[in-house]
Amino acid sequence: MPTAPERMNIVITGHVDHGKSTLVGRLLADTHSLPEGKLDAVREMCKKNGRVFEYAFLLDALDDEQKQGITIDSARIFFKSARREYIIIDAPGHIEFLRNMLSGASRAEAAVLVIDAVEGVAENSRRHGLLLSLLGISQVVVVVNKLDAMRYDEAVFTRIKDEYAAYLAELKITPAAFVPASAREGKNLSAPAPDEMPWYRGKTVLEILDGFQNRAANDAEFFALPVQDIYRFSNDGDNRRIFAGTIVGGKITTGEAITFLPSGKTSRVKSVEVWNAPEKKSVGAGEAVGLTLSEEIYVKRGEVMIKANESAPVAVAQKIRANVIWLGAAPLTFQKKFLLKLGAAKVEARLDGIERLLGENSNSPAELRRHDCGAVVLSLSRPLALTAFADNQTLGRFVIVDNYDAVGGGIVQEVVIDQSARESFDSFAGVNQGGFEEELFALLKKYFPHRF
Amino acid sequence: MTKLDQLEAQSIFIIREAYKSFKNLGMLWSIGKDSTVLLWLAKKSFFGHVPFELIHVDTGYKIPAMIAYRDQLARDLKIRLVVGQNKQALAEKRTFADGLDRLACCKELKTVALKNTLDGTGARRIYDPHRGAWEEVERGEPFNAVIVGVRSDEEGSRSKERVFSARDQKSEWDAGAQPPELWNLYKTEFAPGTHVRVHPLLDWTELNIWEYIEREKIPTIDIYYNQGDGKRYRSLGCYPCTTPVESDARNPQEIIAELISGKFRNIAERSGRAQDLDGGGTLEILRKEGYM
Ligand SMILES: Nc1nc2c(ncn2[C@@H]2O[C@H](COP(=O)(O)OP(=O)(O)OP(=O)(O)O)[C@@H](O)[C@H]2O)c(=O)[nH]1
Ligand SMILES: [Mg+2]
Repeated sequence: MPTAPERMNIVITGHVDHGKSTLVGRLLADTHSLPEGKLDAVREMCKKNGRVFEYAFLLDALDDEQKQGITIDSARIFFKSARREYIIIDAPGHIEFLRNMLSGASRAEAAVLVIDAVEGVAENSRRHGLLLSLLGISQVVVVVNKLDAMRYDEAVFTRIKDEYAAYLAELKITPAAFVPASAREGKNLSAPAPDEMPWYRGKTVLEILDGFQNRAANDAEFFALPVQDIYRFSNDGDNRRIFAGTIVGGKITTGEAITFLPSGKTSRVKSVEVWNAPEKKSVGAGEAVGLTLSEEIYVKRGEVMIKANESAPVAVAQKIRANVIWLGAAPLTFQKKFLLKLGAAKVEARLDGIERLLGENSNSPAELRRHDCGAVVLSLSRPLALTAFADNQTLGRFVIVDNYDAVGGGIVQEVVIDQSARESFDSFAGVNQGGFEEELFALLKKYFPHRF
Repeated sequence: MTKLDQLEAQSIFIIREAYKSFKNLGMLWSIGKDSTVLLWLAKKSFFGHVPFELIHVDTGYKIPAMIAYRDQLARDLKIRLVVGQNKQALAEKRTFADGLDRLACCKELKTVALKNTLDGTGARRIYDPHRGAWEEVERGEPFNAVIVGVRSDEEGSRSKERVFSARDQKSEWDAGAQPPELWNLYKTEFAPGTHVRVHPLLDWTELNIWEYIEREKIPTIDIYYNQGDGKRYRSLGCYPCTTPVESDARNPQEIIAELISGKFRNIAERSGRAQDLDGGGTLEILRKEGYM
């Protein structure tokens, strides 16, 4: 018996206490998605501990979360509708846990943004909207919640809707809809509320989620494969040298000519390797593959394989303009060096300039403080193969690691062509040691040809 | 790509990332369905090879069929298997069967055993597939990272896990202070001495696991299936604390039907596991101390 073949990740965002967890909990309860006895068990626990029952307790599973009535970390909640399977990612709204909200949102294809009708648009309603735009999540539904506490007044809904729609417009986000709702009373989540809100004739939250589109597999786009690893398992007489990685766009077929970037080396695809699966000649976007090559060449993890005869917008860049969210405890300052991870590559990078803060009217600030978003210029210690985020999401985003801590993430806006780049990266000490290994590889190949 | 294709590709990516990032990598393998899927995905990741050791924590109270199946599979698949056990607790009778409470027993036989096996201080029994024989070692190399097949849908604290999840020196987990983890750009840089749990199956549900077992025709231990007495195990554990469920399902297909529209549609998987029932948050407490 087949089940829904589709799956979508949705993140629930918004300011602290605006009712995100309540919305998810109530949706699960109303659609009979909870394990049997779970609702009663939580009610019972509340009674025993003398607490008011909250739907949020169904999700806020950590001991500290329940004690403090707050979501600390994003939870993955599985949910099925008639249309497909969902992972609903219930994010925290408190600014202290913004890193956890981002972790959740970065896994999502679409978002629900919850605004409390009593409090109205709040600081993190705006910040979360900004982050959704930064992450490139364009399918958004805004829920104006807790309307029960405002006598289901249409004027309250309209005021919030107008205010927040104007803000989203600045971010170039057009929400699929604004839905007036009461999460706690279950109004307009999975069932309409004609008695309380006869003035609303739009869809319920669930109907809107079901209307969202899964990201199209970008099979039709240019082929690119960041090399994750190169395997040669010599036991049991296995002589294959396999280039492994996950294809981030397009398709490739055996026999096609390929180029690696940044090195510019070329070869041809000899075979598609599989285990316990029928033989394959062609593989495409999203697949975790292994390829062997006709002409053995030396490349390392981090290079990007493209087709020799296809024009792909993959650039070899040493300077980029990017939008960055900073999460480090210490501010990001000029000339600061850190590790940048993009695709399968890892490179030392440095902040060259901050053009402006995003979501605020401040030009050329001197630093990015924790939770700031900024348009910045970064230079890399060696050239990297990448694209603008608009051309390929995977090759156009990166994380920043400083001293074992993940301290930020970013989206590549464009490559900066800069003649002085070469000089500036020479100021990085001790990089570009690839030459020796390469010579060694050439020698090994020459003297032990059967092993490569 | 279908959802199973996506789940498979994502898990393979994670397993390959773990293999690339850690020198002493192992994979926890409990004989159960999730571990079995994990092993299958490892073989797919490395084209038939399993380039690390599998680790089994043997409480001494596992359902006997599990141990027989484990040893058989290690032989058949030529797997290097490391078995750890808290022998001292067993010898001193600090177990549930000897009167200890469940939580304390789990801690002794699982958490402590796991910790000592991973950090190399505990004795290990190792199956060497080339010689086809078992050997005992008093101490071993510590594993800096282990791949673990926990799923988000099993329990609340697991729903909040990171894919690459650090444990401190005492192998404890600070659930409230996890680092950001953006997209699939996992942070694989860790301070020396950090122990890392890698979780490739967080996005899989119990149903997805069975759908994949069915699609790939993955061999699984037969106590998952009703063999005529109207009972089967839904989740495998220690026999004093795990009871079979009443079910007629005789194969993966029938289990899938049971999970989608049958009697287990709305019944939590671990409901047959007694240690989850002694008050809320029990598993979270165990996990903070180093349990899977
Ligand atoms: N009156 C009213 N109260 C609500 C509604 N939805 C949520 N609440 C209350 O708002 C409070 C916060 O709800 P949560 O669901 O925990 O809020 P949250 O957005 O998940 O909060 P964080 O995750 O901590 O950011 C709880 O006391 C809820 O009972 C609603 O529709 N009406
Ligand atoms: Mg919440």
